[in-house]
Amino acid sequence: MKNFLLIFFMMIVTFGVRYPVLALIGRYDLPKPLKRALQFVPVAVLSALCAPMVLIQDGQWAISVTNAYLLASVVAILVAWKTHHLLLTIVVGMIVFTVLRVAGLG
Amino acid sequence: MKDPERYPDNQRADTFNKRELLLGARDTLPMIVGAIPFGILFGALATSAGMSVYATMAMSLFVFAGSSQFVAATLISQGVGVAVIVMTTFFVNLRHALYSASLGPYFKGLKQRWLLPLGFLLTDETYAVVIKRANESPEKRHHWYCLGSSIAMYVNWQLCTLIGITAGNALENLSGWGLEFAMIVTFIGIVVPLITRMPMLVAALVAIAVGLLTRDIAHNLGLIVASVAGVAAGYMTEVISERNAAGVTEQ
Repeated sequence: MKNFLLIFFMMIVTFGVRYPVLALIGRYDLPKPLKRALQFVPVAVLSALCAPMVLIQDGQWAISVTNAYLLASVVAILVAWKTHHLLLTIVVGMIVFTVLRVAGLG
Repeated sequence: MKDPERYPDNQRADTFNKRELLLGARDTLPMIVGAIPFGILFGALATSAGMSVYATMAMSLFVFAGSSQFVAATLISQGVGVAVIVMTTFFVNLRHALYSASLGPYFKGLKQRWLLPLGFLLTDETYAVVIKRANESPEKRHHWYCLGSSIAMYVNWQLCTLIGITAGNALENLSGWGLEFAMIVTFIGIVVPLITRMPMLVAALVAIAVGLLTRDIAHNLGLIVASVAGVAAGYMTEVISERNAAGVTEQ
């Protein structure tokens, strides 16, 4: 039940950002400062979401060479930066992560 | 502005245009191939995060926004409440307002029966395909083309979610295999190429720092606080660097 409530509200807010601008654009344009701010949104949200998952393990800081999440993330960042290739980043990142896991890192 | 081709009467706008519809779907094919692993991953991940099969499927059917569905599944597995997940969804999907603003002029004059479905089905992929075509031939409207692209993306996303749910149920203990890292690495692959200039880097670093510092505040609101801080920092960095650049050229 809780999940269906969640899905309902997710649908409302998602439709709420996709549709109104499309419908109103004939009469209005987004204000420039808002447009400028919007371009930072994906980078900010996704960075804030991922960092704690990588740097904190079991409620403790885990900035160490035995943290498989951190090591594999660093490799993935390098691949993404050099190639700009999403699937390649995912494949290389997952391989590194799996190898480290199998090798016994946390 | 009274060009009949660009602003045809609605009878003509509604006339079934199979050629455009199929062309839109065909041009989206590379994007569809790219979306397949994410759809499957979402299906597998959401069920292992504790969502029911129906809830997982309903999210793909009614929300239809890949990255926010991933984020929601992650937050559900962390026990985050509905309000914060909905707010985060709003932030993650805000970029669609930019897409709508950019596509809107090409849909001018269309009736609600067009704008409602095209708005609901708008994704990163369809935007990328349609805006490319619109730039190539701006004298036309591209609603049938956009609809073809959207339907292809939508059907593919539902099928992949279903495959993922099935795969997730078949493989025991998927969460033990670090599927959550698949999500992290997906987001890395999305974010890093976006960081092409200093203000973007500042936005990312500030969001990370604030996210880490506020991770313990109530209801996981830290994610929202960190996102807003990152956006503000990026915005200010850009404004300041533009002022400095303007100052240099004046001298």
